[in-house]
Amino acid sequence: MSGGYGGADILRGCDISVDKGEIAVIVGPNGAGKSTAMKALLGMLHLREGTVTLDGKDITQMSPQDRVKEGMAMVPQTNNVFVSMTVQENLEMGAFLRRDDIYRTMDLVFELFPILKDKRNQPAGELSGGQRQQVAVGRALMTGPQVLLLDEPTAGVSPIVMDELFNRILEVKQTGIAILMVEQNARQALNIADTGYVLVTGENKFTDTGEALLADPEVRRAFLGG
Amino acid sequence: MLTYGSQLALGALGITLIYGILRFANFAHGDLMAFGTMVTVLMTWWLQSIDVGLAPLPTALLALPVAIAITIVMALLIDKSVFKFYRKKRSAPALFVIASIGVMFVLNGIVRFIIGPNDQRFSDGERFIIKARAFKQMTGLNEGLAIKVSQGLTISIAFLLVVALFWFLQRTRTGKAMRAYSDNEDLALLSGIDPERVVMVTWIITATLATIAGTLYGLDKSFKPFTYFQLLLPLFAAAIVGGIGNPLGAILGGYVVAFSEVSITYAYKKFLKYLVPENWEPDGLVQFLSTDYKFAVSFIILVLVLLIRPTGILRGRVI
Repeated sequence: MSGGYGGADILRGCDISVDKGEIAVIVGPNGAGKSTAMKALLGMLHLREGTVTLDGKDITQMSPQDRVKEGMAMVPQTNNVFVSMTVQENLEMGAFLRRDDIYRTMDLVFELFPILKDKRNQPAGELSGGQRQQVAVGRALMTGPQVLLLDEPTAGVSPIVMDELFNRILEVKQTGIAILMVEQNARQALNIADTGYVLVTGENKFTDTGEALLADPEVRRAFLGG
Repeated sequence: MLTYGSQLALGALGITLIYGILRFANFAHGDLMAFGTMVTVLMTWWLQSIDVGLAPLPTALLALPVAIAITIVMALLIDKSVFKFYRKKRSAPALFVIASIGVMFVLNGIVRFIIGPNDQRFSDGERFIIKARAFKQMTGLNEGLAIKVSQGLTISIAFLLVVALFWFLQRTRTGKAMRAYSDNEDLALLSGIDPERVVMVTWIITATLATIAGTLYGLDKSFKPFTYFQLLLPLFAAAIVGGIGNPLGAILGGYVVAFSEVSITYAYKKFLKYLVPENWEPDGLVQFLSTDYKFAVSFIILVLVLLIRPTGILRGRVI
């Protein structure tokens, strides 16, 4: 993929992919184009070159909404819940496009995030940061996606909550969904990643399994703080 | 007071919905009400001329559904031809407001062109549910109590409409989608909610509320295009006092504005007569303010709320 906003390209021929039941993590310094890559995948950025494919289908020309229909779900970094609506309504809105029985998926979400079941009738705006993130991921899961894009899911939550969120994300992976996330907490994220991408100035600098990247001395020195 | 409050509440609901979903203050709302009422008036005259009525209820009720349909078409037409353009360009809210002022003048012109600027009466049927004299005979009290048909109608229709609206917003898929869109536009898009459909439904509801509010107001007083333009101030005061973007607030605000307006311009002479010794009876009407100043009341409320609690009584958006 290559592309950017207007003049200079922010993404310069970077290549990102994720398989079903796997977690891919994009890490890299600030301004490396991590979030931009995410936006490009969702169709919020016009690509000058390259293609986006989902399940073998070329979706490069599709609008974000159509991509949601095709099975892509995204959890934005901020403002990712409907604050004035209850937890359950948030989940219902995630399933807005679906005409089949959504309550099976909802039970699944409640199984993954039991706290949401207890708070189902509370406005999402009254929940704590970590709980909100769970609502946000739950809403995205309700679309019944094949690919789940997470933009810094642990931004602004405490370390304990962060560990818990990562555990939950591992559980989501077990349901056979492909997960792609951008993370600031590179070390923890690479720990759970099947594939890791280190992005620098819009290019793939390193691509390997999460484990291998964590072991790579150069990556450790440059991006993980020793 | 309750009647006027209900009329304001219905009107303010329309303003609040547009603000919540389309994110701008719709100055054309008063004239949309006037347009809807005008259609009702014309339909009523036609029905009266062919001797179709609902006696003892006013014929206007029969004309209302058609008027609502025509007003909805008008509102959607305005949206397609004016507001959609700015929506596509993602213009700033201020531009929408100015565009809505333009729409206001055009609608205003259309209404005056068709029906003229004068007072029109279109109420018929029974005038009172309880007449003052009948009440005196019934209860043996000295002072009468009269309840007009239009008052009874306003309160009951407003009540039904509000219940229906809240049921719609809280329970139906489309209603929830509207709330979601109002809450977080981007996330609504990510959930696959179609913004154009949400906007369309909003205009349909707004036009319905505007026509009904306008007609009820017209039945209660009389229909004069200019009065509807003047209603804009109390309507906005009501929406903002209650917390703009919050439907419950609009209703509360409607009553708050109506009660303050009436209690400040009410002539307390008779009231005092019963409280103070006979020879103390005041000469004047004992009003705090003459009714000519009633718009000042809305204005003062508006200023006070914006100064002290900009989010309104129930928390709405900060303007």
